[in-house]
Amino acid sequence: MTTRVLITGLGTTNPVGGDVPTTWRALLDGRSGVRHLDDEWAEQIPVKIAGRIAVEPADVLDRVKARRWDRSTQFAMVAAQEAWADAGLDSAELDKERLAVAVASGIGGVTTLLSNYDALRDKGSRRVSPLAVPMLMPNAPAANISLAYGARAAVHAPTSACASGNEAIAMAIDLIRLGRADVVIAGGTEAAIHPLPMAAFAQMMALSKNEADPTTVSRPWDVARDGFVLGEGAGILVLESEEHARARGARVYAEALGAGISNDAHDIAQPDPEGRGGTRAIKAALEAGNIDPRDVVHVNAHATSTPQGDIAEGLMLHAVLGDAVDQCVVTSTKSMTGHLLGGAGALEAVATVLAIREHVSPPTINLDEKDAKVDLDIPTEARPLREGDIVALNNSFGFGGANVAVAFGSAS
Amino acid sequence: MATTEEIRADLAEIVNEVAGVDADDVEMDKSFVDDLDVDSLSMVEVVVAAEEKFGVTIPDDEVKNLKTVGDAVAYIERAQG
Repeated sequence: MTTRVLITGLGTTNPVGGDVPTTWRALLDGRSGVRHLDDEWAEQIPVKIAGRIAVEPADVLDRVKARRWDRSTQFAMVAAQEAWADAGLDSAELDKERLAVAVASGIGGVTTLLSNYDALRDKGSRRVSPLAVPMLMPNAPAANISLAYGARAAVHAPTSACASGNEAIAMAIDLIRLGRADVVIAGGTEAAIHPLPMAAFAQMMALSKNEADPTTVSRPWDVARDGFVLGEGAGILVLESEEHARARGARVYAEALGAGISNDAHDIAQPDPEGRGGTRAIKAALEAGNIDPRDVVHVNAHATSTPQGDIAEGLMLHAVLGDAVDQCVVTSTKSMTGHLLGGAGALEAVATVLAIREHVSPPTINLDEKDAKVDLDIPTEARPLREGDIVALNNSFGFGGANVAVAFGSAS
Repeated sequence: MATTEEIRADLAEIVNEVAGVDADDVEMDKSFVDDLDVDSLSMVEVVVAAEEKFGVTIPDDEVKNLKTVGDAVAYIERAQG
């Protein structure tokens, strides 16, 4: 008998909201968090828009703690605090040796790394912060969450570029099913709105250089899409074994049914144009959860607003769901939040879980004229989902060929 | 030349910025580690900020001898002398 894994807590801070209720309202209303960058450095680079965080972490975190955390860790801590409180876990009652963390980032503490390089170059080695290494290391968000809540089981920071957040959730399911933890704080975070990563993504032709109204630039599946918009923020979920959650009478949002992970081994950056790797990941997620494709009524797609990737994902869903794809409501919340890289899969997992619980799909905004190569039902206004027990998928794909799909279902 | 009390007050501001300790608690007889909860990495930050503020050099080997606020103030006074 496979251990059932339940979602009992949610947290986020991102370009459309500083917490879960604000974010969910914004997503259902179709509000974009993409803005012009007012930083001076934006003048030097070809892309001058991004999804900046809606609520600066400095406004909500203890100052002295926050100055020892990279911005990516700050986001993760804000989201973890919300998820922890939301789950109603009693720290004193919990067996900390059964509490794990799986929190990812795609790029790590890049702003800490680069600001310390600036200090080294301009002022010398004496001015490099003694905190630089523990701040910039990729496991810093996970490690600081472990410190905050005393998590003494495994503390992981899986990394697979833009699939990292979803991979962390997949790992959390495994940790519980393998009996290595009862409770896992899982998710992803990213803080890469800095001229270097933005210039680098722009050089790859990955970012949109569209100079129209910033709120209209992230336009998954639209004929005028021409690249993604960078976002920042974090999503955190509390996953818990059914036995543990029921024993403490926890409020349950949804069940994490299963995950599938695969790799394209096709190209370091480009997705397989036929989406074969992604197809295998989605199929594996359904098999892991013993899910009938006809029960899948909603997909929070990876769809980043790039010309090739958005088409490939449609092919994957057709390949796995077959005719059932016609009954499936597909959305890309990246149309509103931008692309949070390592945070994306986690923020979108929060949205997927809420879509199941509330029986409603957020819209995809800016979809004025759908690409003829995309045959999916993509609402441009919030759309109710079928009553009764339902299943939804959250897809993430990353540079390096990574494909991760996680299936969530109603907590019946 | 700054007075002893001026150096203590400026150092207290640095300790407050780095470690969040109330500046009024940064008294001469207080131990950085035992009383003010300044850990080893924060102590490096305090030292570097103090070097900049007071225009002195505090070698790494010397830092372990600066156990109290008074030790640090005295070192800075001598170094400025």
